[in-house]
Amino acid sequence: MSDRVEVRKTYKLFIGGAFPRSESGRTYEVHDTDDKFLANAAKGSRKDARDAVLAARKGFDAWSTATAYNRGQVLYRVAEVMEGRREQFIADVQAAEGLGDKKSARVIDTAIDRLVWYAGWSDKYAQVLGNTNPVAGPYFNFSIPEPTGVVAAVAPQDSSLLGLVSVLAPIVVTGNAIIVIASTTRPIPAITLTEVLATSDVPPGVINVLTGDPGEIAPWLASHGDVNAIDLTGVTSTELAKKLEIEAAGTIKRVRRPAQPNWLATPDLSRLGAFVETKTVWHPLGA
Amino acid sequence: MTFEYAPAPESRAIVSIASSYGLFINGEFVDPTGGTAFKTVNPATEEVLAEISEANQSDVNAAVNSARRAYDRVWSVMSGRDRAKYLFRIARLLQERSREFAVLETLDNGKPIRESRDIDVPLAAAHFFYHAGWADKLDYAGLGPNPRSLGVAGQIIPWNFPLLMLAWKIAPALACGNTVVLKPAETTSLTALLFAEVCQQAELPPGVVNIITGAGDTGRMIVEHKGIDKIAFTGSTEVGKSIARALAGTRRKLTLELGGKAANIVFDDAPIDQAVEGIVDGIFFNQGHVCCAGSRLLLQESIAEETIDALKRRLQTLRLGDPLDKNTDIGAVNSREQLNKITELIKSGDDEGAQRWTAPCDIPDKGWWCAPTIFTNVTQAHRIAREEIFGPVLSVLTFRTPDEAVEKANNTPFGLSAGIWTEKGSRILWLAGQLRAGVIWANTFNRFDPASPFGGFKESGFGREGGIQGLTAYLRSATDGDDQAKGMS
Amino acid sequence: MRTLAEPLTTSALREFLHGLPGVDEVGIKARATALGTRSIKNESKSWAIDMAIRMVDLTTLEGMDTPGKVRAMCAKALRPDPTDPTAPSVAAVCVYGDMAPVARAAVGDNLHVAAVATAFPSGRASLEVKLQDVHDAVAGGADEIDMVIDRGAFLAGNYGLVHEQIIAVKAACGLAHLKVILETGELRTLGNVRRASWLAMMAGADFIKTSTGKVPVAATPAVTLVMLQAVRDYYELTQTRIGVKPAGGIRTSKDAIKYLVLVKETAGEAWLTPDLFRFGASTLLNDLLMQRQRMAVGHYSGPDYVTID
Repeated sequence: MSDRVEVRKTYKLFIGGAFPRSESGRTYEVHDTDDKFLANAAKGSRKDARDAVLAARKGFDAWSTATAYNRGQVLYRVAEVMEGRREQFIADVQAAEGLGDKKSARVIDTAIDRLVWYAGWSDKYAQVLGNTNPVAGPYFNFSIPEPTGVVAAVAPQDSSLLGLVSVLAPIVVTGNAIIVIASTTRPIPAITLTEVLATSDVPPGVINVLTGDPGEIAPWLASHGDVNAIDLTGVTSTELAKKLEIEAAGTIKRVRRPAQPNWLATPDLSRLGAFVETKTVWHPLGA
Repeated sequence: MTFEYAPAPESRAIVSIASSYGLFINGEFVDPTGGTAFKTVNPATEEVLAEISEANQSDVNAAVNSARRAYDRVWSVMSGRDRAKYLFRIARLLQERSREFAVLETLDNGKPIRESRDIDVPLAAAHFFYHAGWADKLDYAGLGPNPRSLGVAGQIIPWNFPLLMLAWKIAPALACGNTVVLKPAETTSLTALLFAEVCQQAELPPGVVNIITGAGDTGRMIVEHKGIDKIAFTGSTEVGKSIARALAGTRRKLTLELGGKAANIVFDDAPIDQAVEGIVDGIFFNQGHVCCAGSRLLLQESIAEETIDALKRRLQTLRLGDPLDKNTDIGAVNSREQLNKITELIKSGDDEGAQRWTAPCDIPDKGWWCAPTIFTNVTQAHRIAREEIFGPVLSVLTFRTPDEAVEKANNTPFGLSAGIWTEKGSRILWLAGQLRAGVIWANTFNRFDPASPFGGFKESGFGREGGIQGLTAYLRSATDGDDQAKGMS
Repeated sequence: MRTLAEPLTTSALREFLHGLPGVDEVGIKARATALGTRSIKNESKSWAIDMAIRMVDLTTLEGMDTPGKVRAMCAKALRPDPTDPTAPSVAAVCVYGDMAPVARAAVGDNLHVAAVATAFPSGRASLEVKLQDVHDAVAGGADEIDMVIDRGAFLAGNYGLVHEQIIAVKAACGLAHLKVILETGELRTLGNVRRASWLAMMAGADFIKTSTGKVPVAATPAVTLVMLQAVRDYYELTQTRIGVKPAGGIRTSKDAIKYLVLVKETAGEAWLTPDLFRFGASTLLNDLLMQRQRMAVGHYSGPDYVTID
């Protein structure tokens, strides 16, 4: 044991590329699986959600018009920087999820590999999900997937990093901006991820991470007029899901509430196609 | 003498309308258990055409049970190859009986026979033909191998394209292995009931298609029915929202095709004569009762005046009147209720200071009619620039630069469709990318095809109908558990 | 009669013609098809058939034309249905220039005599030869000249040359009306048809005409629609009405009536007169007459009940 007193980190939100405290000034205690105090995390509020939506909309405008190649490189960059912090992530996930060395290393490696996998989809998914349509007439007609817009997501409560990355990456690689509420009781790996995001060329506002209680924050996102879709992967309470879906109906948001898969398994394309809008363009053919 | 067109009415002798209709459940017509009925009226004459049954809760239960039985025992276990053959049969029967369907549609809906004959009915048949071919090829639908059907689909359709919307709903549902309970709009049930007869002629297994009639209450019973796995709705955004609320937390799937307020954007280098045709097609097709209607005309300021003049000149050749007359361009408004809504919004345009011009037409004494109307000097803040009118009323706005056109076009909660008119290719492709709408027509408007996905961004709904994307609304992947996907497309 | 236009340079013409709004082929065809579905019945149909007969330029343009053939055609033009004196005469007879005297002698002052000129149908001759062709036809009694434009010059972008030649021909016509044949089947695109229409109108054409009948693609509804839009727009600009003549390929009454619908709903009722709309045709007349007989007697007629000249 060294004599040195360690420098502790203040855990904050990640909004618009910056690290603000909650505007509410509130925090809550985070413990490891042995109930040892780890940190005071920011307890996000309605106004933090509002700020995040503003930031996400700005981020969306830049991100959705970036080239697919650029989006792929940025996500790959995130994976690169994560790899450099591999040990820290393993320690964070061990503390948060109580996993052994081997399991936690596998979780982190899978999370990094998943980012790489999704990064590679950036300039391919439109080729797989889009098409030309042979209409019965003198028209050229094609369909392309376009990002839905600003997506609010509730990250899985258990799988604090791999689950988070698996929800976040497909939303972002397709050009959406995201506001994600991290696992309430296990937010620290997500917060470490925000430090990676801040140094990985992700444009401000494209990924925004809130910590706190989804039951408090998510309804504001679900009812927000400038949020286009919600992903309820991490919502385990049917009651909260129902409430959020009712709020979402007010502006016809796209709602996704997938079952929790085995996060270690290779995903199919369903998440990649979840928050895209098919746009179909017609033009006459003539000399 | 001038060249007047003598009346050229299509004969209605080809249709025989019964005095009253039952509900089509489990392959046969049955009386409604509640014994209540309502009248369906020819909107061009106000003549009562028939009495239509109103389905109550026990009728809805019977229809859902019938669909469930047919799903479990027959349809979900039938090979795709054989399902396809039933759909091909239906497509052929619709073609064989196309004139009968067209006349009946025009009588019940009020749309011109020219449109029901040349658009609604042929497209409905084409929809079945297209989807028939998918039934045994679903492994290639993009959801991985062995995708699964959803079960019983509850489908609620509007009155603007009664048979065509039925085809858009039933064809993909059946191709993907689902069974259906479909409710047509209460003012336009007749072609759906004639379609039931087609199902009988095709010897479609009983219960695969159930058609129950009624109004909003019946629709609500379908939406709230726990035996239904998926709801597909086309109609107003308001009702769409209430359906989404009703399904909240249930894990039942939903696709919605709702309203629109499409911008039709005309640049100064557009082929003006075709743009004028596109504007007319965009807003006066089907009396403007089209969710993707080009109801907001955005004209580049430099050509605004001449384009409006050309448009007015063109509108003077539009022929409003007897929908069965083969020369009629503008038919009747489907219901008094809808006419009142249109009239109210026209009045708001007057009150808010927009300038109204109405095409000179003789309005028949009986029936519900609205002459083609153009509002100029409209601003983004006017109700007629924001609300869906669902009638032959065009709001004209101007813009100066491409950026301004994009901003104005996107400045709406809707996002169903948009039109672009310019000779410049790079501008078309740039603009098509900028517009937040599901269907972009460039140098054309209101074109439809079963192979072309249709559906909206934002509050215009979610999910697509038609094309490979449309299949997603009625399938789940083999690895997909209890996925609650609202609006996957 | 129109006053003579001033010659314009190719670059000035290019600037104007290329500034005209484009034509979308699919849109034009869709519109023409839609108008083709108009259903014309009963008294409207009777009226349309008689109007169509009155608009026919009854035509023979063959190497084997003889005075006898031309005289027979003229007789038919004057009295298309020998069994029915109420059947109207056609608008004009259309012949090669050398046959103009024969035609004029046969029809007297009762009909117009149109002569094709300017090295018809290819237009490939010197301007002197073309003008001599016109002089001969006018001297022979033609009061309408159907000239062909130099399609090669037009397609090469030499608008100045085409413009200049039309002006020269117009001058040579004197009092005769000038119909300018664009030969749209060789111009290929509808954009070219619109430009050529304007070029001809600006140079002094009294009529613009689709075709010679000597190339595979003659008049089509889409081409005629574009030309009708051009005369309508030219009228809005100048208050001068220019006529339109689709020629070749119009063989049935049903087709002719579709063209009249195009006229009515594009240029307007004012163009529904033989002074502003003509059909260049030969076999069309008999079909119109058979339809006319059917409407009069109530049953279908047959080819033995109309004359073959």
